[in-house]
Amino acid sequence: MPVSFSRSVIIIVLVAAVTFATRLAPFALFPSGKKVPKAVKALGKMLPPAVIGMLVIYCLKGITPLSYPYGLPEIISAAVVAALHIFKRNNLLSIGTGTVLYMILVQYVFV
Amino acid sequence: MKEQNSYRAAYRAAFPHTLPVLTGYLFIGIAFGVMFADKGYNFIWAGVMSLLVYAGSGQYLAVNFFDPSVSLAQVLFMTVMVNIRHVFYGLSLLDRFQVCKKKKPYMIFSLTDETYSLYFLTKTPPGVDEGKFLFAIASLDQLYWIAGSVIGAVAGSVIPFNSEGIDFAMTALFIVIFVEQWLDKKNRFAAACGAVMSVICILIFGRENFILPAMLCVLVILPARRKLKSGKEEEGDD
Repeated sequence: MPVSFSRSVIIIVLVAAVTFATRLAPFALFPSGKKVPKAVKALGKMLPPAVIGMLVIYCLKGITPLSYPYGLPEIISAAVVAALHIFKRNNLLSIGTGTVLYMILVQYVFV
Repeated sequence: MKEQNSYRAAYRAAFPHTLPVLTGYLFIGIAFGVMFADKGYNFIWAGVMSLLVYAGSGQYLAVNFFDPSVSLAQVLFMTVMVNIRHVFYGLSLLDRFQVCKKKKPYMIFSLTDETYSLYFLTKTPPGVDEGKFLFAIASLDQLYWIAGSVIGAVAGSVIPFNSEGIDFAMTALFIVIFVEQWLDKKNRFAAACGAVMSVICILIFGRENFILPAMLCVLVILPARRKLKSGKEEEGDD
């Protein structure tokens, strides 16, 4: 252990407290019983698709479009997941196929 | 009906929905456990951290905090930065978590990216209590995360097959949810806005620092568009 036992405990507790605080913030700001402003409600409804869009990009942020493998394993697998899902609408089928395909691509094709 | 409303029914209904997170969390949890073990922290530390903190990217980053050169102020600041997006997640769940009552603090604590996303992919099946169903999803997800980090810390280096790329399960999960949202026309603008603003902010701020500016762009653009639209047509409030 690079730091002391007590220091390690303090770090974990601090990270835990801060992480919880960020998740708690909106609930603390608008506790149940208090009326949520209409604009905030509307924002809450619009946010999920935007957040999911961000998370997709977040997951793909490591690709290198200008150098080998040009993000191809990710782009191919992502396209297959999306296409499969549009046609079959089966969550596990889309995710399972895409993941296996990606593993094959990064382990055997684009090595 | 009594049996139907039990936790058993809730867990049974929730489990299939959590399979993508099971795959993803086990393996990124293992990766965390391996990294933490390399630092000299055994599986108990990894398990306790995953129990108390429960954050994917947050815990990856936190591994670097266990170093004499990192001050507690830095720990505080960096943790806020990596988790800042979570400040906005709850806004979409203020109403939905009402049904969770006593479980609400745990529901808020366990609001990771993946769990948050699953809430918008799943509908509570008829006959199952909504609060228990959401709780089942949240607690199963955390169980996978703790299991992954403990396995990683104990035996991460002896996984019998090449798991490279298996974390794509998480990306695929987000893509599936993205498609689901996209198929509903009224979500399209917001979905595109989140993705496009992220790409733009990566180009401007770099891939490590884009989340906060992208989030702020979204928070300005979406309400602005709503205002513009509500001037033109009837508001579609439900």
